[in-house]
Amino acid sequence: MSYLQKSPWIIHYDASSCNGCDIEVLACLTPLYDVERFGILNTGNPKHADIFVITGGVNEINREVVKNIYEQMPHPKVVVAVGICACSGGVFKECYNISGGVATVIPVDVYVPGCAARPESIIDGIVQALKILEQKRIALKTTVEGTA
Amino acid sequence: MNPFLAAALFIILAPVVGVLITGLDRILTARMQGRVGPPVLQPWYDIRKLFQKKQVAVWGAQSFFIFCYLIFIIFTGALFFAGGDILLVIFAFTLGHVFLVLGAYVSYSPYAHIGAERELIQLMAVEPMIIIVAIGLYQVNDSFLVGDMINHPGLPILLLPGVFLGFIYILTFKLRKSPFDLATSHHAHQELVKGSTTEFSGFTLGMIELAHIYELVVMLGFIWLFFGNNLFLSAVAIVVIMVLEILVDNCTSRVRWQDAITSAWFVTLVAGAGNIFALSIM
Ligand code: SF4
Repeated sequence: MSYLQKSPWIIHYDASSCNGCDIEVLACLTPLYDVERFGILNTGNPKHADIFVITGGVNEINREVVKNIYEQMPHPKVVVAVGICACSGGVFKECYNISGGVATVIPVDVYVPGCAARPESIIDGIVQALKILEQKRIALKTTVEGTA
Repeated sequence: MNPFLAAALFIILAPVVGVLITGLDRILTARMQGRVGPPVLQPWYDIRKLFQKKQVAVWGAQSFFIFCYLIFIIFTGALFFAGGDILLVIFAFTLGHVFLVLGAYVSYSPYAHIGAERELIQLMAVEPMIIIVAIGLYQVNDSFLVGDMINHPGLPILLLPGVFLGFIYILTFKLRKSPFDLATSHHAHQELVKGSTTEFSGFTLGMIELAHIYELVVMLGFIWLFFGNNLFLSAVAIVVIMVLEILVDNCTSRVRWQDAITSAWFVTLVAGAGNIFALSIM
């Protein structure tokens, strides 16, 4: 297991979710689930983060914000879309201001379905993301300087 | 011990000791919050991970300043454990922090700027007390050399209780613990994102984390000076003080900078300067 997998730092952004999924994301930090056991920290700063945990279907106003956060994160990085809204737009898909899922704006690596996604599945999604993170690190090392 | 050997030992062993203390600190913090907490070596994993990440820097100069910060903190510690002059130790220490502040000022980020300003405020709050520590230790040992202080046969703390109290008070600033973690905090979600470290990433952030670990060992080394050559008592004191710091960190909220600086100066004046004055008329 590489150091990257032992110390994944997260940035969590709410892209027009109903707040249901956000509460579940924060529940992961509480004593019951305690993700710090796995070295996972919620940083709140894109420049320190390895994993972008994003909830909600992305509306026309925060599109740019989502892109901006993604671009500020240093490589290697992964995106985890939490909740069915983030996966596809969910019940809000047809709304006039909803893009319909995070993947319409930035590349998504792991989809965590559910309305709201349960903390267990969010943690599982992040553990899946760790494997992709490691692949990306190795790919980055072998290719010439990435797009960083 | 040979001063060069002592300095080399510090450079090699301080990260080991510092990582263990920081790791235990994180576990104890988690236990106080009813959580299990990360593995003991988590701070080490974090640093190694940061060194593996790519760097995002608006200005290359910030990495240079942070490199200087790390070098000066290591120099401070090496000088301290080699038994050097405590005044030089203090000024090298301050110079190191000035580089950290410059590094934070380089970017255009408002968060980093306010963080840098607060870093300077913390320096102002802390500096008078650290100088008083040097003066107090001189009065007891008749020497500014750390090498002489650690051979003091008695317990300097008995003559310097006020200075010791004042030092413990400002230690909270230096360890970046609540209520005085104004510039940057170990905990997520403060009002300034990550304050002075907001703009750093990858390798540069790794250097900052490493410097913090060296800094921790140097600050705990200062506690040792209050117990002369009594190694057992100083080890006990270091453990007790770390546990108290963690307890305070977990049960207080961050204060405003005005309160931080006035309270630090008040303690410095009453406990620190009062103690020095009493010693000099004795
Ligand atoms: S998936 Fe459900 S709980 Fe989550 S943001 Fe969408 S509507 Fe809310």
